[in-house]
Amino acid sequence: MVTAEVAEAIPAQTPEDRFEAVVAAEQRIEPRDWMPDAYRATLIRQIAQHAHSEIIGMQPEGNWLTRAPSLRRKAILLAKAQDEAGHGLYLYAAAETLGVDRAELTEKLISGRQKYSSIFNYPTLTFADVGVIGWLVDGAAICNQVPLCRCSYGPYARAMVRICKEESFHQRQGYELLMTLMRGTEAQRRMVQDAVDRWWWPSLMMFGPSDADSPNSARSMAWRIKRHSNDELRRRFVDMTVPQAEHLGVTLPDPELRWNEERGGWDFGEPDWSELNRVIRGQGPCNAQRIDRRRAAHEDGAWVREAAVAYAAKRAAEQSHTEEENGK
Amino acid sequence: MTEPHTGSAQTGSAHSGSKAGWPLYEVFVRPRRGLNHVHVGSLHAADDRMALLAARDLYTRRNEGVSLWVVRSDAITASTPDERDPFFEPSGDKVYRHPTFYDIPEDVPHI
Ligand SMILES: [Fe+2]
Ligand SMILES: [Fe+2]
Repeated sequence: MVTAEVAEAIPAQTPEDRFEAVVAAEQRIEPRDWMPDAYRATLIRQIAQHAHSEIIGMQPEGNWLTRAPSLRRKAILLAKAQDEAGHGLYLYAAAETLGVDRAELTEKLISGRQKYSSIFNYPTLTFADVGVIGWLVDGAAICNQVPLCRCSYGPYARAMVRICKEESFHQRQGYELLMTLMRGTEAQRRMVQDAVDRWWWPSLMMFGPSDADSPNSARSMAWRIKRHSNDELRRRFVDMTVPQAEHLGVTLPDPELRWNEERGGWDFGEPDWSELNRVIRGQGPCNAQRIDRRRAAHEDGAWVREAAVAYAAKRAAEQSHTEEENGK
Repeated sequence: MTEPHTGSAQTGSAHSGSKAGWPLYEVFVRPRRGLNHVHVGSLHAADDRMALLAARDLYTRRNEGVSLWVVRSDAITASTPDERDPFFEPSGDKVYRHPTFYDIPEDVPHI
């Protein structure tokens, strides 16, 4: 039993206290600081899931790379996919500062032990889907990610700053693509509306379950990993998106959507949470396809990784041989 | 072959390079002429040249830099992590190193 006197004499010196004080002062926790095991585990899970989402997220749009309707659209889409690969790498690097290995995380992804955002388990049926993904999916990602720039864990926050700078291009190219289609033929306008109808609800689900069903949120908020609740972010996204939809001339597929004068925001319907749960459990339209593709890419790339190591070893041996000959 | 290293300024922990044996590199970018190189992040690469190419593709896709440095993470020697570390104490009590330590009358110009 520690007496009150002793406990009072040392408070600022325990690592726990220091951790709490740094977080409370809105400073950042850095990799070599002491941190609670649960804080570390929560971050590893969240950052890994985020990294996996960026990497898997290339697939739905990648579906249209070879069939983009113009060289301009193809170049834009390639640049966006390349950004997403970069986002994945920034995030894997951030996760690695917590003591895990990227290869280990990839292994967990392709064996289904770690998840990625459920949104990427939906198919991209037409080229309008590329526009709607940029507008809604990247738009929702921006809502989620901007507050993460102030996350208490330094490497994650810094990765998010880089990512957020690049996301705006993603959203704007999508919206511009849709504006172009809306100025086109009746069939093109129908194509846009159809894509909006299919992506609207899954986009709202990107913010996670409602606050009542999100038991870990409170702890993440106390640790300043998370800044706003799922429902709060979802409302913010709807408020941002409704005027954009009006400008575009599409209808958001929610009969309950109406302006709430009192609140100064939009009221909207409840997403179908059973659908979200099904997709998370692996029963979405494309879950198996996405993981199969990722596994194939990883396995097909094994020889490249091995060859690069062999080449580096050979060059290093040659170099030390030359240095010996030169009598260095 | 590369040996697993024991940590760096960025990682701090005892984790090694990836299982494929690619060591970790830290990346520094000089944003413009006249500015210092600044640490921007890290990446895995099989050798120095690959690290440089990957750093270009990963960290300078939008003209973020005019010069890049990459350095093996295990080549960095770092101070201990705690910002209240006694290592930095020698600078703490030398107030006379700051210009505001000295009282100069208001009417002395340009000082
Ligand atoms: Fe992204
Ligand atoms: Fe994006």
